[in-house]
Amino acid sequence: MSSAQGALLGTSLAKTYHVKDQPPVEVLKDCSFEFEPAMLNVVMGTSGCGKSTLAHMLAGYVRPDQGTLTIDGEPITDSGPDRLVVFQETALWPWMTVEENVVFGPLSRGGSRSKAVAASNNLLQRFGLGEFKDKYPGQLSGGMMRRAELAQALINSPKVMILDEPFRGLDVMTRELMQEYYLKLFEDTRLSTVFITAELEEALFLADRIYLMSDAPGRIVKIIDVDLPRPREISCTATKRYAELEQEALAALYAGQGEEDQL
Amino acid sequence: MSDEISTTANDASANAPVKRRAKSRWNISSWNWRGFVSIACFFLAWQGAVSLELPGFTKIPGPSEVVHTFVNDYLFTQSYWNSWLVSFERVFWGFALAQIIGIPFGLFLGTSKLFNNLVFPVFEMMRPIPPLAWVPLSILFWPTTESSIIFITFIGAFFIITINIYDGVRSIKQEHIWLARSLGASRIRIFRRIMIPAVLPAIAVGMTLGIAVTWNVVIAAEMIASDSGLGRLTWEGYVSSTPPVVIVGMISIGIAGYLSTMIVDIIERRMMPWKYK
Repeated sequence: MSSAQGALLGTSLAKTYHVKDQPPVEVLKDCSFEFEPAMLNVVMGTSGCGKSTLAHMLAGYVRPDQGTLTIDGEPITDSGPDRLVVFQETALWPWMTVEENVVFGPLSRGGSRSKAVAASNNLLQRFGLGEFKDKYPGQLSGGMMRRAELAQALINSPKVMILDEPFRGLDVMTRELMQEYYLKLFEDTRLSTVFITAELEEALFLADRIYLMSDAPGRIVKIIDVDLPRPREISCTATKRYAELEQEALAALYAGQGEEDQL
Repeated sequence: MSDEISTTANDASANAPVKRRAKSRWNISSWNWRGFVSIACFFLAWQGAVSLELPGFTKIPGPSEVVHTFVNDYLFTQSYWNSWLVSFERVFWGFALAQIIGIPFGLFLGTSKLFNNLVFPVFEMMRPIPPLAWVPLSILFWPTTESSIIFITFIGAFFIITINIYDGVRSIKQEHIWLARSLGASRIRIFRRIMIPAVLPAIAVGMTLGIAVTWNVVIAAEMIASDSGLGRLTWEGYVSSTPPVVIVGMISIGIAGYLSTMIVDIIERRMMPWKYK
């Protein structure tokens, strides 16, 4: 399992959006990073700093204006099943049942239905959605939809999972459960992950490494190694090391806010 | 991957499935005794206004007279039911043609920039012209009355259906297409499995609005340009100074419109099972 695929390397990425009748918006500028495989890399920044654009670039939906982007040394030129995204809002297709959503990927690439259905059953069972395979997404709760999306992605054995603020909009309790859920999944599989968030607590709890982004035009301004031991429990947020890391991150965040903000 | 990722008791309770009530327009919860009182009052007031010869009501027949005329002269005649059939046929063809042409047209407008640039200006130029303004031209152009009425009916529904589908295509969530692309779906598969279902709600809105407009247009066109149908029946009641017939016609049209909307509603439910579960 740990052939450790999914190394993402970005060099001097830049992206400017041109909207008609509006001044151009520089979203990314000189953004460089190296996301190591089999790691839970968290990209953290304020809203509007270009995090989502970065996620869409990694997935191959958006082309950078400048810079290069590679996965395991190969340039990223298009989207593909090796890099799958869990989007901010649910992207499950509401007109398909949960099972149809999950088997869509394998069937799209010419896989056999019986194999896909078996794999889907297996995954849905594991995600506690076994009884819900014939439901439509609209009949699921927010947390269940998130798990269904994970199943929909994992059935394709991606090299990298890209999660773009996946748990935003969930209530606090569901959110915490989903964090523990993903943490467990990651610790079991070591699936290379790029997790995008605006929340420091979420970042510290999940990450092997946090990449702090500046405000737009976004670039990586600081890397924090989160050396909290795995497997992690929610209790790790009460440790001394967690508090130290939190201080370090906060200091970096405020340093990035500019001098005029000092109280 | 281990098999240990499980839902805890806590998890399950936090994530209880959301129960949605299947909504139906035909499931009228206000059909209780108040509804009957309201309808009874309406007919009593109508009969009262006619019996008392209130201003304006002197030439209007009361409900009893209307029922009398209906039962004696219409209910069991073939020509009355033929009017129904003729109007329904016109609505059906106008509506069906508007769907058959409007749906692909709207899809093309939304997906092909070239087609959009070439066709949309003309489309937008024609769209504000009310369907009934097409009546004279339509009679000149089409060889038979029947075809010109169907054409006018078609015009009434076509623009509404097309513009709805065009909007529907433009509001497809980008993520829905992206995800399918990432998973390796071909363009045809994306079109069939993602784009078409994504615009079904817009098609449904177009159908609901379209069927209402179609009846409006058919009735008006029949009054102006035809010698048959429910619109003509109503108009003849006026011309031949038999007001009860006018009201028989009006009520028949109302019921016909209601029935058509009901049929469209059933089709919409069949089309989008996920919306009503």
